[in-house]
Amino acid sequence: MSATAVHSLWTTAADPIQKIDAPNIEYGQLSPTLIVIGAAVVGILVEAFVPRRSRYYVQVFVSVVALAAAFAAVVGLAASGYGTTKAGIAAMGAVAVDGPALFLQGTILLAGVLGVFTFAERRLDPVAHGNRVDSFAAQAASVPGSDSEKAAVKAGFTTTEVFPLLLFAIGGMLVFPAANDLLTLFIALEVFSLPLYLLCAVARRKRIMSQEAAVKYFLLGAFASAFTLFGIALLYGYAGSVSYATVAQVVDGTVQTVNPALAGTMGNDALLLIGGAMVVMGLLFKVGAVPFHMWTPDVYQGAPTPVTGFMAAATKVAAFGALLRLLYVVLPGLRWDWRPVMMGVAVVTMLGGAIVAITQTDIKRLLAYSSIAHAGFILAGVIATTPDGVSSVLFYLAAYSFVTIGAFAVVTLVRDAGGEATHLSKWAGLGRRSPLVAAVFAVFLLAFAGIPLTSGFAGKFAVFKAAAEGGASALVVVGVISSAIAAFFYIRVIVLMFFSEPRPEGPTVAVPSPLTMTAIAVGVAVTLVLGVAPQYFLDLAGQAGVFVR
Amino acid sequence: MSFPLLTATAALPAIGAIATAAVPAARRTAAKWLALLVSLATLVLAVVVLVRFDPDGDRYQLTESHSWIKDFGVRYELGVDGIAVALIALTALLIPFVILAGWHDADPLETRSSRWRPTQGFFALILGVEAMVIISFEATDVFLFYIFFEAMLIPMYFLIGGFGDRAHAGSDEHAAAQRSYAAVKFLLYNLAGGLIMLAAVIGLYVVAGNFSLQEIAEARANGSLDMATNTERWLFLGFFFAFAVKAPLWPLHTWLPNAMGESTAPVAVLITAVVDKVGTFAMLRFCLQLFPEASKWATPAILVLALISIVYGALLAVGQRDIKRLVAYASISHFGFIIMGIFAMTSQGQSGATLYMVNHGISTAALMLVAGFLITRRGSRLIADYGGVQKVAPVLAGTFLIGSLATLSLPGLAPFVSEFLVLVGTFARYPVIGIIATFGIVLAALYTLVLYQRTMTGPVKPEVSAMPDLKVRELVVVAPLIALLIFLGVYPKPLTDIVNPAVKQTMSDVHKKDPKPDVEAAK
Repeated sequence: MSATAVHSLWTTAADPIQKIDAPNIEYGQLSPTLIVIGAAVVGILVEAFVPRRSRYYVQVFVSVVALAAAFAAVVGLAASGYGTTKAGIAAMGAVAVDGPALFLQGTILLAGVLGVFTFAERRLDPVAHGNRVDSFAAQAASVPGSDSEKAAVKAGFTTTEVFPLLLFAIGGMLVFPAANDLLTLFIALEVFSLPLYLLCAVARRKRIMSQEAAVKYFLLGAFASAFTLFGIALLYGYAGSVSYATVAQVVDGTVQTVNPALAGTMGNDALLLIGGAMVVMGLLFKVGAVPFHMWTPDVYQGAPTPVTGFMAAATKVAAFGALLRLLYVVLPGLRWDWRPVMMGVAVVTMLGGAIVAITQTDIKRLLAYSSIAHAGFILAGVIATTPDGVSSVLFYLAAYSFVTIGAFAVVTLVRDAGGEATHLSKWAGLGRRSPLVAAVFAVFLLAFAGIPLTSGFAGKFAVFKAAAEGGASALVVVGVISSAIAAFFYIRVIVLMFFSEPRPEGPTVAVPSPLTMTAIAVGVAVTLVLGVAPQYFLDLAGQAGVFVR
Repeated sequence: MSFPLLTATAALPAIGAIATAAVPAARRTAAKWLALLVSLATLVLAVVVLVRFDPDGDRYQLTESHSWIKDFGVRYELGVDGIAVALIALTALLIPFVILAGWHDADPLETRSSRWRPTQGFFALILGVEAMVIISFEATDVFLFYIFFEAMLIPMYFLIGGFGDRAHAGSDEHAAAQRSYAAVKFLLYNLAGGLIMLAAVIGLYVVAGNFSLQEIAEARANGSLDMATNTERWLFLGFFFAFAVKAPLWPLHTWLPNAMGESTAPVAVLITAVVDKVGTFAMLRFCLQLFPEASKWATPAILVLALISIVYGALLAVGQRDIKRLVAYASISHFGFIIMGIFAMTSQGQSGATLYMVNHGISTAALMLVAGFLITRRGSRLIADYGGVQKVAPVLAGTFLIGSLATLSLPGLAPFVSEFLVLVGTFARYPVIGIIATFGIVLAALYTLVLYQRTMTGPVKPEVSAMPDLKVRELVVVAPLIALLIFLGVYPKPLTDIVNPAVKQTMSDVHKKDPKPDVEAAK
């Protein structure tokens, strides 16, 4: 036997070693995400190597610069036509660079900047042991109430890790609405969820509650992720691919070739329906739609308020972006199957959020239920399944996220000896004591309630109009009814602030640093500008309303 | 480009509101004078509008049109017809009196902290309401109208809830609770109405593709825009519901007595004489023009509701023990007349209704403001706490009497003309309803005269014996209103000349001709 023959016993013959093609990555088009993730990695290195004293400043600097650079990159991409004519798929089909993706990324980045500002606020709590403190635990790992916690507080430790965590979350959120295959979707979901779970757990005050919130969020979130993953597996079994385009083609019936390995399952509608439903379920969990909303009030209440504000705004933007893409790109062929279900979800979400909010006595829980009701309003726009539907949702998300961050930033200001005074009864007479703060909060509440001349009205009008044009008039009627119900509890807070006598032992309003002030001022400005002159932003959302396939 | 007169008329009080709010806390009096001057300047502009308006000219005059929110098909379109001009003039006329009458209503109590600036807020909010009311009379774009129709609720809400009547029977806390109840009730009723209307506004857009009143009305008239019967009816009901809450029409009226009872007299005047007029005005301008067929379809039901308002409001007014609530129920009865006049679909009825809006504004302002002066003096709203005031304060009693007589539509005073026209107009088409409505006048005589008798005549109650008569500021408020009531009662022609062409237009919108005998034919 010749050497060659022997050799052939355990090798296949003669094929030269296949070259692995280097993946073709469009770094330019992916730059917003890359910048943010890169800055997050830098942030981790900062934690490791920069002396404790200067970490805070370095972290804030790195975060703000990175987010600003990423935003500039988004604007640059949009300006050079990637939102419209040059829209395409990048990173080997994994990520879409198109109008909706860029619009939502821009919104998330701006929300992120304001989020960093509120995270970095260090003037609200009284100085402890000569050190300025922020809203986060001195040392997250020390047991609440233990000696090690006291030692950490005394030493002036701060959890500056929140900034890289925030950047990681933003990085995930940037990919989430742009994900163009199911695996990228899942990875982005995990990348932004895990840092958020952690961030929820690191409140400086009421630490047990904060940790409880994090555990709840984590367990339920993990559960929802598992659903999504299982759904993805089923969809793979159905289509033989995780790419959005391929799944969509199989749904449409344009792809007939059957992958021999999946011959038994491919094209099986049961897999498609169950798989699609499970993936959508995971996304509905993230947006906090009824009946997947149970985590929202507890997490919103327990998490440190800056985290709540950021999460409420940015998570909703990212998750609705992903939901839109999934429903408009992957499952349009199934429209007649998912529309009735989603309509049902939208109806119970609007009504459920609005009705349960009435009984709330904690301002953060109230805002949590209000966010549920708003998820319902946005779903009404999603269901329209028209280009107008997409642009109205984009506009609503942008408007809503600034109102939300601003409102939660105001919540951080109203404090008593125990930290933030979130119980509603403590807000009585705030308008008498601090007219300006109360007036600003009233503006946000009126925007939530959708009163004309605020961004909330323009957004609500846009989604309801899209829904009515898309043939979902019933949703519009339910929408206005739940708006009327929702108006009741927003107005109740205004009554409390302006028409009740202040309590003698009531909370004080802390004077924040320019950071929080900027966040609030930007929130008010955007709320009023989008309310009075929304045309430019509607145009922007309108141009961004087309998904690439 | 010509001077945007209509925008200026609305923008001036808006700017004035911001300026007033910005006056430093210590300069309270300056804020009052500023507000008064702004309201007088607005009155001047309104008079200019009145003079520049040509009754025999185009339907909408002094029009302005700019692109605003293209994506929603919304334009910034203003224009006035005779009805709008009359109501803008009424609004601009009443606000200075409201400000003057409420001169001391928002002076800070000593118990409040110094950072609380109620005075500036009070007058700024009044001017804000004025701006929004004026622009909603001017808007010929449905969306533009809707925005201000809704937005005016917010300043109104703060006026009701933040500046209550200090003459409250109960404790301070009780008063505050009552007041915020009234404010919330006001807001929720009107907001619910407005949101229902929002659904209809969106529906209108889906059907018509834009919001321009003129374009839609024209398209409806020449048949290029066809609405399914049911669609039109639903849309009509959506609009009408909001206007009926605002007007207010039975059974959506219950917020009005609370709101008027708990707020100060000038704010009560603002509610009933100014803000509520937007509701009846909008019925004429939007319901009839946009949905003529549905309006005719709904007429019988609306007339019955209006009739119930007239009789029920009057009966409840008879039974009131509280002066301000009495005026509130009287207003409900009067709004019944206005709505009846609008939907009688005769030109007498509709011009009567328009005159009624103006006259009711003036007469209620006169009665309510004098009642406010009375209540401030005695510190009580209960009729039973008064007696014999005419012996102590004859001028106050005399002006109160004239206000009362105007409310019961005594011939020679302005409301008589309008009430008569409404009744004639209704009788011509619906005799039975016209006859029953006439009982409203009888009841009006009962509640106003009994009110006068119990408070002003009889033995002088000890608590009233030291009551001072009207001061100069108060006379300045009341005298011009009374003069106007007498003038328009004797010589209503200037008003009817402005209003009649617009009414004729509206009548042709709904394809209705006057039943015989026709006024025009008789000439």
